[in-house]
Amino acid sequence: MVTGALPNEKVEPSYLEVSTNKYKKGLLSWILSVDHKRIGVLYLYSMMAFFSVAVVFGFLIRLELIAPGKTIVEAQTYNQLFTLHGIIMIFLFIIPGLPAVFGNFFLPIMIGAKDVIFPRLNLMSWYMFVFGGLFAVVSMLLPGGSADTGWMFYVPYSVRTTTNVLPALIAAFILGFSSILTGLNFITTIHRMRHPDMSWFKMPLFVWSLYATAWIQVLATPIIGITLALVAIERTLGVGIFDPALGGDPVLYQHLFWIYSHPAVYIMILPAMGLVSEIIPVFTRRSIFGYKFIAFSSLAIAFFGSLVWAHHMFTAGMSDAAMFVFSFITFVLSIPSAIKVFNWISTMYKGSIQADPPFLYTLSFIFQFAIGGFTGLMLGALSVNIHLQDTSFVVAHFHYVMFGGTGFGIFAAMHYWMPKMFGRMYNLKVATWAWGIVTFGYNMLYMPLFVMGYLGMPRRYYDYLPEFQPYHVVSTVGSWILIVGLIIMFGNLWIGMRRGPKAPMNPWGGETLEWKVQTPPILENFHTVPDVHAGPYDYSKYEAKKETTK
Amino acid sequence: MSATDHAAVHHVHRDDYGSRMGMWLFLFTELILFGGLFIIYAVYRFVHQQEFHLAAQELNTTIGLINTIALLTSSMTAAMSITAMQKGNVRFSKALIWVTIGFAFVFMVNKYFEWGAKISHGIYPGSKDLLAKPEGEILYFGLYYVMTGLHTLHVIIGVIFFLFILRQIKQGKIASDRYVRLENSALYWHLVDLIWIFLFPLFYLIH
Repeated sequence: MVTGALPNEKVEPSYLEVSTNKYKKGLLSWILSVDHKRIGVLYLYSMMAFFSVAVVFGFLIRLELIAPGKTIVEAQTYNQLFTLHGIIMIFLFIIPGLPAVFGNFFLPIMIGAKDVIFPRLNLMSWYMFVFGGLFAVVSMLLPGGSADTGWMFYVPYSVRTTTNVLPALIAAFILGFSSILTGLNFITTIHRMRHPDMSWFKMPLFVWSLYATAWIQVLATPIIGITLALVAIERTLGVGIFDPALGGDPVLYQHLFWIYSHPAVYIMILPAMGLVSEIIPVFTRRSIFGYKFIAFSSLAIAFFGSLVWAHHMFTAGMSDAAMFVFSFITFVLSIPSAIKVFNWISTMYKGSIQADPPFLYTLSFIFQFAIGGFTGLMLGALSVNIHLQDTSFVVAHFHYVMFGGTGFGIFAAMHYWMPKMFGRMYNLKVATWAWGIVTFGYNMLYMPLFVMGYLGMPRRYYDYLPEFQPYHVVSTVGSWILIVGLIIMFGNLWIGMRRGPKAPMNPWGGETLEWKVQTPPILENFHTVPDVHAGPYDYSKYEAKKETTK
Repeated sequence: MSATDHAAVHHVHRDDYGSRMGMWLFLFTELILFGGLFIIYAVYRFVHQQEFHLAAQELNTTIGLINTIALLTSSMTAAMSITAMQKGNVRFSKALIWVTIGFAFVFMVNKYFEWGAKISHGIYPGSKDLLAKPEGEILYFGLYYVMTGLHTLHVIIGVIFFLFILRQIKQGKIASDRYVRLENSALYWHLVDLIWIFLFPLFYLIH
């Protein structure tokens, strides 16, 4: 088993140089490629483009809120900004973030396969992703203005508003389809393409979390598909489904929306949890603590996560019995999440910690996810919920889980895997500084939202009472620090990818299969798949002799 | 797993079991897609029992029954075409696929006349006559158009699948030793059939 870098003279052309189609070079050799690694990179670039747009919208929202009354934009524009920020961040960044980019690139390698099982379907789902993204862009540019409903498209407003809700609905529908196809591909790949020696419990935990995620993608997404399609039909043809004027029930819409959209937050967070389970053993040189518990807790989250949707609607009108049940299951759901956190911490105990950027982002993940998780329990408690519903407390909770959790997970994944993907190393010192600035700015941005939400600041409001201003100012200044940190982080990664020193085969000392292939990997990944009998996190030899891999 | 193949031509991995599994997963998503509509139907039927009862009497059970028979028979011919292909009888298999497509057209022609009759009676989304009816009936006919419409869309997609299959049989891509695409198209067709088996009683039979 080789763990060092391959000798330079033996390096073969990587997937970056070998095309899978008749175009040897250029754009067409990429956008018509069925290689899972190239598709992963395509997703990475397109996703980052959408992310930057949504960050700008977020920045504008915060800037508008720095003072009461009108600051930079009109109220209507403000509504459109938070709608687009939500749609783009959720459907085009967080949902595809880890599975479509890093799952596509690394899932086949981690299970010892040459590709996913349906490579052409994989490319098709990227096209649907881009196509859906274009509809979102079109909804911004067409006359009438972009949607102003919030990303939840609640009826009856989404049926009545004159803004371009229809393109936004179509965008979300197509993106859902893309997500389903990715999930379907991953489930079948994990069942059918694993190396014959890799039994279920020798799979890396990232693969387990992708497996749980893929099931949610396949089983929950069709519900949002049909629900949004019905809103579109209702808008265009006037069919009575949800509109109360035609006898419909808007609360039924909310139920159907959250039947998908609550499990969807686990589509977003589970892959990040899997990633953290990969990074911690590597940077502490410890075998993961409680492998099976982490693996099964992913499945438990996927299962229980499908049964809690109505906790978003405690104030919308529901029987007391139903509220009690949904609140109870919400509390049950915190158990598998806590199991994961305990296992991560236990893994670090007595480890030899190597504080490189991927590990630092992981620490931020655990800290912020813990805050997001606990505030989630507060919101899941019926009595507290009535006080906090629709305040900025909810916004802060959601961003602590989704951005502080998954977003930081995506940043960790970038720092962890990009040297392998592009064969070049970024500047570790700059990356560490960027981590510090991003984490500080992030917490400064969202922490005040908890406080003012608790004091009664409603979410999504354009204007507010002067007593909330100090919190808003702190939060907005935090957003500036965050953006500076993001620019340094992405700039550093970009420069590293282009001009950085050549990355070794295994810069961090990982034991999973992707660290045993060439950097960057060759087309079809392996000549012969390395031995997988030891399992993914065997660090006994590191504990015995202090081996340096850098 | 062959280990040394790394030419510029991408490795083509054939796994019929895997392909069928992917199709089954896709069928799950289709079931859940319709499942959302069945939930809405259940809720509104519960709330507006009397009006759903009255509205259902407007539908023509005979046409519904003919369509049910057409789809059930077409599912049989689709399954038979797989067996014919397995046994190497390509001509018979193709003939059976054409029969399946024929039944699909019978279904759609019936649907055309059925919808046409409703529309000529002024029962269509947004019409004055429909809006004058009680809310439960508006919801009933809204769901009727959406659910049977979405189902008919699936019939059309199924026909398109079968036309592709016929083309691939001609090209020799589907033969007695590789017919997983035919199997998958037939699976899809059975799903279309199955959903109708639920739509028919819910709209036509329960009074």
